[in-house]
Amino acid sequence: MLALLVAQNIAFYIIAALMVVGAIRVVTTPNVMHAALWLVLVLSGAAAQYILLAAEFVAITQVLVYLGAIIVLFLFGIMLTRAKTGNDDDLDNKKSAKFIGAGIGVLLLGLMSYSLIDGFKDTEFGDLMVQRTAEVSDSIFSTYLLPFEVLSVLLLAALIGAIVIARRD
Amino acid sequence: MFLNQFLLLAAILFCIGVYGVLARKNGVLVLMSIELILNAVNINLVAFGAYWHVNDMANVSGQVFALFVIAVAAAEVGVGLALVLLIYRNRQSIDIDDVDMLKG
Repeated sequence: MLALLVAQNIAFYIIAALMVVGAIRVVTTPNVMHAALWLVLVLSGAAAQYILLAAEFVAITQVLVYLGAIIVLFLFGIMLTRAKTGNDDDLDNKKSAKFIGAGIGVLLLGLMSYSLIDGFKDTEFGDLMVQRTAEVSDSIFSTYLLPFEVLSVLLLAALIGAIVIARRD
Repeated sequence: MFLNQFLLLAAILFCIGVYGVLARKNGVLVLMSIELILNAVNINLVAFGAYWHVNDMANVSGQVFALFVIAVAAAEVGVGLALVLLIYRNRQSIDIDDVDMLKG
């Protein structure tokens, strides 16, 4: 049991480091295409974290929806707007705005880490049980049936809206 | 494993996403930063869901909410990229700074 916990911790820290590096590259790289590819690293890292949390259905959905659909949408968006394929110096706001953004980010991070460390100190997970897909579907189709139906209407509306906005006429 | 590991990772990703929204000018890159923020929230939801699941086996609300967030994020990216395409078609540029016609 202890060996498993140690392995989980090591895996967590490796994946977390990769995710943070990838996220920083997404917001700093001068190449739009590379930003989309770094985003792949962050999103698949998130899927791996879900597996560590024993949430397999969310992990698979993350891979299908984010890596399979949203990244492809982003790549289409980049190509359709004819972004420069090489480095582009004109992707960021001016220096002062970047400093203010970094300041706000660091401030927010300090505040959140303080409250998290203060609030959850060393709360442990206990024995993580696999959260089976059958339980998830039971929950969606009983407790959360109404939000689920609303969500499908929302998706339909977004689909029609996207077509109407983007069509050429 | 501590609950805080996951919460702090999510906090770091969230703040990087906020920095990206504020510092980037390109519309597609701003949308990517928003994806980072949504993912951070999802990690939080799944972590709390797993934490709760240990005590209450029938409760998988955390995962269900994470799935809802993923679906809404997909809708958001679809509409957002359609808007970016429209801006590009009208102005031949997707710099958010240039879209200031309402400023008067």
